Amino acid sequence: MRQLLRYRWTPWAVLALAAIFPFIAGTIGASYLVRVGGVIGLFMLLGLGLNFTLGYAGLFDLGFIAFYAIGAYTTAIAMRAGVPAPLALVLAVLVTLFVRALLGLTILRLRGDYLAVVTMGFGEIARLSINNLDALTNGPKGLQLAPWRPLSFLSADPNIQYYLMILFAVGLGAIASSRLEDSRVGRAWIAIREDEIAARLSGIPVRQYKLLAFTLSAAYAGLAGGLFAQWEQFVTPESFVFWESILVVSIVVLGGMGSIPGVLVGALVLVGFPPLMQWKLSADWINYRYLFFGLILVLVTLFRPQGILPSSRREAELTS
Amino acid sequence: MLIQQVVNGLTLGAIYSLIALGYTLVYGILTMINFAHSEVLMLGAFMALGLAALLPAVFGTGLIGLAGMFILSMAGAGVINVIIERFAYRPLRNISRLAPLISAIGVSIILQNGVFLWISTQSLRFPEPVAIGSVEVLGATISTLQVIILASALILMGLLHFFVEHSKLGKAMRACSDDIDTAGLMGINPDYIIALTFFVGGALGGAAGVLYGMNYGSIKYNLGFLPGAKAFTAAVLGGIGNIRGAVLGGFILGFLEVFASGYIPNGAQWRDVIAFTVLIIVLLVRPSGLLGEKIAEKV
Repeated sequence: MRQLLRYRWTPWAVLALAAIFPFIAGTIGASYLVRVGGVIGLFMLLGLGLNFTLGYAGLFDLGFIAFYAIGAYTTAIAMRAGVPAPLALVLAVLVTLFVRALLGLTILRLRGDYLAVVTMGFGEIARLSINNLDALTNGPKGLQLAPWRPLSFLSADPNIQYYLMILFAVGLGAIASSRLEDSRVGRAWIAIREDEIAARLSGIPVRQYKLLAFTLSAAYAGLAGGLFAQWEQFVTPESFVFWESILVVSIVVLGGMGSIPGVLVGALVLVGFPPLMQWKLSADWINYRYLFFGLILVLVTLFRPQGILPSSRREAELTS
Repeated sequence: MLIQQVVNGLTLGAIYSLIALGYTLVYGILTMINFAHSEVLMLGAFMALGLAALLPAVFGTGLIGLAGMFILSMAGAGVINVIIERFAYRPLRNISRLAPLISAIGVSIILQNGVFLWISTQSLRFPEPVAIGSVEVLGATISTLQVIILASALILMGLLHFFVEHSKLGKAMRACSDDIDTAGLMGINPDYIIALTFFVGGALGGAAGVLYGMNYGSIKYNLGFLPGAKAFTAAVLGGIGNIRGAVLGGFILGFLEVFASGYIPNGAQWRDVIAFTVLIIVLLVRPSGLLGEKIAEKV
């Protein structure tokens, strides 16, 4: 596995396979999996985003789904006001970045688990506000969007269109992540995570770099939220509950914190598993899928506490 | 009206405090968030329901039956918490900070779905423990139930205080919380003390589950999640790892919720927003909670 990851062309081959998949899925009777693939892709984006906060900067965030929600609602409200769809996506990213930066400026002085609880609180505040601000968000009844189908020349199926768009976004997001990881900024993040005081003494402006990691996370969540809203053409507060935040944290930790392939595999396993079980197994087993999901979380953590595909750097930190 | 709200706030606060104690005890020693605590609470309520059907034959109804149901459910919840620690957390101790958290989330999902699949997918009616009457005090109606909830919570908190401050095992717990490695060198068996802490925390959670069931009259497989998340917030508000802080935080949160619903227009919709906003503001002013101190005693 490790060996395979080292080849230059491996990511591109995986990307190409993933891009061909929806076109052959129909012929092998797996159209359902295209939809599942789209959802996995959205969570890959969320995982890549949270990876900046949790994986690179080591900040614990339990309310990340709030930014997915803000992205989705920004897109929905903008499109209903007549903003063209691509512009609405850009707006979603900008608004989430802005809110995230404001939040970061206020709460980043908190440490460890206190930060976790405050972000959890923010997640709940965001969801409940969306639920209660009827004038802006139409409350629990949700908002409807006009369809946007930019890839109609490839396929008439909206699921395939959004699968491809999400795949493109995941590819772009992964490349951006890996470029940042290898940059001066990425090295500063690793230094802060390994030893904050030593990093500060080496002249790294710790506060600014933490804020940067924290804020950049939101761009991914905003983009994912926007694509989600356009795909579903419908957003309700129910999609953004606390469990979704936990799922994203699990994706990053289980996949391997700070490791891009790890996060992608984490999303594939955790988001893909329950619907895959639903697809393949008889009705008797469907109800058991979340039980097995829980078992996977426990067993994988017990046998690979460092994650499925940890970054080598991170593994060295944990074993030293 | 005001007195009524105070009574309601005390009742709710007492339940939150008991749950918050379970989080804070474990955190005090292992600095980990026991995510499965909300499920221990839920299982405590379900055990009480099962016992309520069995026990009258043994103990009879009335206060003795109630006490028996209570103590057995607490013991059961405590044992469950110890088992969870042994198999899901202990192998991960000292490996990384987040691995036990993910394992705990997994355990929480397993327990919830276990109850969902094998016990009941629906809400079950929780029997009334004793005949419910009510007393009028200064214009407020206080039900027997509220008296029972408040009294049992206060008794348990008193017992916990005595145990932690004045018993030898409590002293060992405090020592482990201060510095687990040094405590080990002084002849304390850390594994044993950690298991004990999980037992005590789980038992308090189980008690809170029973009280929660009594208070709302019905229980369901997912009942633990909401009070669990709120009690954890309460523990952090008071300063996580600090016993008095957990109790204080629990009561503050209970009062905030009741008063927000009672006195603010549309307050019932916004009460959780208000509670979390207060939490954020408190933490910004006091980054380690109301009673939390950076180095001082944590248990």
